[in-house]
Amino acid sequence: MPLAFDWTQLAQQTVIGLSSGGTWALLALALVLIYRSTGVVNFAQGEMAMFSTFIAWSLVDHGLSYWTAFALTIAISFGGGFAVERVVIRPVERAPVLTVVIVTIGLFFVFNGAARWHWSTETRTLPNAFSTRPIHVAGVAFSIQDLGNIAVSLGMVLLLWLLFRFTKLGLALRAAAVNPGESRLVGIRVSWMLAIGWGLAAAMGGVAGMLAAPALASFDQTFMQPVLLYAFAGAVLGGLDSPLGAVVGSLLLGVFINLIGNYVGWVGNVLKLPVALAVILGVLLVRPEGIFGRPRVRKV
Amino acid sequence: MALLSLEHLTRRFGGIVAVDSVTFDVADGEIVGLIGPNGAGKTTVFNLITRLYSPNDGEIAFDGSSLLRTPPHGVVKRGIARTFQNVELFGSMTVLEHVLMGRHARRGRGARELIEYTGLSGLAHRDARELPYGVQKRVELARALASGPRLLLLDEPAGGLNHEEVQELGSRIRHLRDDFELTILLVEHHMGLVMGIADRVHVLDFGVLIATGTPAEVQNDQAVIEAYLGTA
Amino acid sequence: MRRVLGIGAGALVAVGAVALVAFIPRLVSDFHSFDLALVGVYFIAIVGLNLLTGYTGQISLGHGALMAIGGYTTAILVTHEHWRDVWTIPLAGLVAGVVGFVIGLPALRLSGLYLALATFGFAVALPSLLKKFSGLTGGTDGLSFFEKAPGQVTGISGTVTIFGHSMTQNHFFYYLTWAIGLVGFALVWLILRGRFGRAFRAIRDSEIAAVSTGVNLARNKTLAFAISGVYAGVAGSLFVILREIVTPLSFSFLLSITLLVGAVVGGLGSLPGMVLGALFIKYLPTVSTHLSTRPGAPDFVFGVAIILIMILLPTGAGGLIGRALKPLTTWLYTRP
Repeated sequence: MPLAFDWTQLAQQTVIGLSSGGTWALLALALVLIYRSTGVVNFAQGEMAMFSTFIAWSLVDHGLSYWTAFALTIAISFGGGFAVERVVIRPVERAPVLTVVIVTIGLFFVFNGAARWHWSTETRTLPNAFSTRPIHVAGVAFSIQDLGNIAVSLGMVLLLWLLFRFTKLGLALRAAAVNPGESRLVGIRVSWMLAIGWGLAAAMGGVAGMLAAPALASFDQTFMQPVLLYAFAGAVLGGLDSPLGAVVGSLLLGVFINLIGNYVGWVGNVLKLPVALAVILGVLLVRPEGIFGRPRVRKV
Repeated sequence: MALLSLEHLTRRFGGIVAVDSVTFDVADGEIVGLIGPNGAGKTTVFNLITRLYSPNDGEIAFDGSSLLRTPPHGVVKRGIARTFQNVELFGSMTVLEHVLMGRHARRGRGARELIEYTGLSGLAHRDARELPYGVQKRVELARALASGPRLLLLDEPAGGLNHEEVQELGSRIRHLRDDFELTILLVEHHMGLVMGIADRVHVLDFGVLIATGTPAEVQNDQAVIEAYLGTA
Repeated sequence: MRRVLGIGAGALVAVGAVALVAFIPRLVSDFHSFDLALVGVYFIAIVGLNLLTGYTGQISLGHGALMAIGGYTTAILVTHEHWRDVWTIPLAGLVAGVVGFVIGLPALRLSGLYLALATFGFAVALPSLLKKFSGLTGGTDGLSFFEKAPGQVTGISGTVTIFGHSMTQNHFFYYLTWAIGLVGFALVWLILRGRFGRAFRAIRDSEIAAVSTGVNLARNKTLAFAISGVYAGVAGSLFVILREIVTPLSFSFLLSITLLVGAVVGGLGSLPGMVLGALFIKYLPTVSTHLSTRPGAPDFVFGVAIILIMILLPTGAGGLIGRALKPLTTWLYTRP
C-alpha cells in the first residue's frame, strides 16, 4: 500500500520556513529602506543590528526591564544610524557606486571589530519578546515568537507605508531619495532626510537583531552574518525598492529553502546557502526588480 | 538607390507608439534633416538605425542590405557613425584617445589629420572632459569621423551653441559632406540650421511622418505649421 | 625626442623594479620572505581584479572564490594525481579563467550594485559547495600536501636548488611569486596600453559610446572576466603551494572583500598602485595587532582605515601617484 503524502509534515516544514523567513524579514526591510532612501546597499546593516542587540543585552544586564531596554535600544540605534550617515556616508554621497560599497564594507569591519573589542566574545542570551510556548494546530507546531516576528515585520511595512504616503516627512524622504537636486530647490533639507532614512533603517535593524537573538540558544558577535546574507536574498527576491517585497521575499525564501533542504536529498543542510544565493542570481537575471519592485527604464 | 531606407518602421514602448510606420529614405551624398516637435520620436528613429532598439515592425536597409540582423556594435563597421544629443564622452580619455577609439572597428582617415580638421590641434593630449562644451562636441565629431563612415547621424548638433557657433556649424557640415564624401542625416530643433543646409527635410509628429520635401516645401506645409504651433 | 625620453624613463623604472625585487631577499629575514611572497600572491590577484574592475568597470566581490578555484585545482592535481606543485600553476589559472568566463556571462545582464551582489553571492556560496563535494575536495578537512603527497612539494626538504643555485624554501617561494607577478604585470600592462585597454576603458566610461565605436560589449566583458579569472587562479594556486594545505575556509568571502579593497586602495586603473594595495591588505592587520591585541581591534582599524581612504583619497594610492606625475607625463607626451 503506497504511503500517503504527509501533508502535516509539509505544513510543519512550511511553518518552520516561515519562521526563518520571519527573522530575515526585518533586516531585509532595513536594507530596502536604506536602498530606497539613499540608493546605497548597506553591507554593514547586519553588523549594525548586531551592535544594537549587544547594547540591548547590556541594558538588560544592567537591570533594565526588557521592554525599557527594547525601546531605549531603538532610540539609540536611530541616533547611531543618523550619526553614521552624517559622518561617514555624507562625504561620499556623490561618489561612484564602488566607493560607497567599500565604505559600507568598512563599516562592517568597524562595527564588527568594535563589538568584539567592547564585549568579549563569549556567548550571551537575550530574553524573548514573546512566549515561545509551542502551539499546536492540526498537528503542526509553531510558537507565538514566530508569529510575533512576522507580525512585527508586517506591522513595520504598514507603518512605513503610512509614513511614506501620508506624512509630510515621508513625502520629503521620498523626494530626497528620488531627486535630491530639485528637492533642495523646494526647501527640503536633503542631507537631513538621508540621515533620517539611515536612522530609521538602523532602528529597524535593531529590532531585527533583538527578535532574532532569542531564537538562538545563545548568540555572539557573528550571529547576524548569516541573517544578512539571507536578508539580501529575500530583499532581492521581493524587490530591492519594495518594503512589502522585502518581507514577502524573505518569507518565500525561508519556505523555499527549508522545503528544498528537506525534500531534495542532496541539498540537505550544507547546500542551503548556495541555493539561496542561486535564487538571488536567478532573480537578478530574469527579473532584476524582483517580485514587487518597479522596473528601471533607461533613457538614451 | 538610396543609401539608407526606412520602411514602415514601427516601435512601441508599452502603450505608446514612439515611431509609427515611418517610411523615408536618404540618398547618397544628401544632407537630410529630421525635424519635429519634442517627443516626436526623432531620437528613437536614430536609436533604431543604430540598432540600440529593435523595431516592432518594418525594415531598415543600408547600402542595399537589411540592417536588422546587425548587432549594435556592428553598425559602425557597416559604415554608420553617430554623435549624441548629450555628448557621450569617455571620461578617462584624452582627445587623441577618443579619435583612436573611433578607429576601433573601422578605419578612416588618420587621427592627426582628423584632429587638425576639427580644429583640435594642440588639444590632443588634454582630457576631453575638461574642455568646454562646444569643443567637446567637436571631439565627438572627430571620433565619429575616425571610422570613415558613409552615413553620419548627427543628433542635435546645434544644441547648446550660440548664434555664431551655429552659423559656423552649418558651413562645417556642408564641408564635411564634401570633404569626406558623406551622407548626413541630422535631427535638429534649430530651424535656421536645418533649413539652411538640408537638401530634404522629413517632419515627424507623435511618431508619424507628416511631411517630406525641400526646406521651402516643408516650411509652408499646413500640417507642419499646425504641428509646431497648434491649430488656431 | 620626448618620446625617446619617455620610453627611456619607462625602461629605467622597469629595470629598477626587477632589480629591487631580486635584491630584497638579501635584506630581509627568511620569515619575512614568506610574508613578502604572500604579498606577491595578493599582488597577482589584484592586478587581475584591477583589469576587470578598474579598467572595465565591472565590480566583482567574488574574486576570492576564483582564487579558491585555482587553489583547489592545484591541490587536487597534487594530492590526487601526484603532479609536482609548481607545474599545476598554469592549469589552475586556466580552470579559473574558464570559471571567470562563465561568471562573466550572467554578468552581461547585470551592472553596478547588482553585479556586486551576484558576485558576492558566488563568493559566499563556494565554500559550501566545496564542502559538499568532499570526495574531490576533502570536504571540511580539505587537502593537505604534507599528508597526501609530500614528494610533490618543492622545497619540502628546506632547500631548493635551481640551475645549481641553492636557496631556502621561503626564498624560492618569494622568487616564484614575484617572477610570476612581474611577468603578469607586464602582460596586463601590454594588454591595457593598446586597443584592448582602450576598449575596456570605453566600456567603463560609457557603454553607449563604446558600442557606437564598435566595441562588442559581450565579448570584451567576458574576456575581462576570463583574464582576471586566470590571474586569480594563478594567485590561488600559489597561495596553496605556499601553505601546502587548502580547506574551504582558506578562501572565505572576506578574502573577496579584502581583494576588492586592496584594488581600490591601490588605485583602480593604476597598475603600479597595485603593489601598494597588496602591501596594504597584507600588512595593515599586522600593524593593527601591534597597536592593540584585544580581539576586534585589527578589524576595527581596518574598517576605519578604508573608510578614511575612501573619503580622503578615493582614487587610492595610484590616483595620488598619477596626480603627482601628471605634470611630468603631460610634458613628456605633449607637443607644444
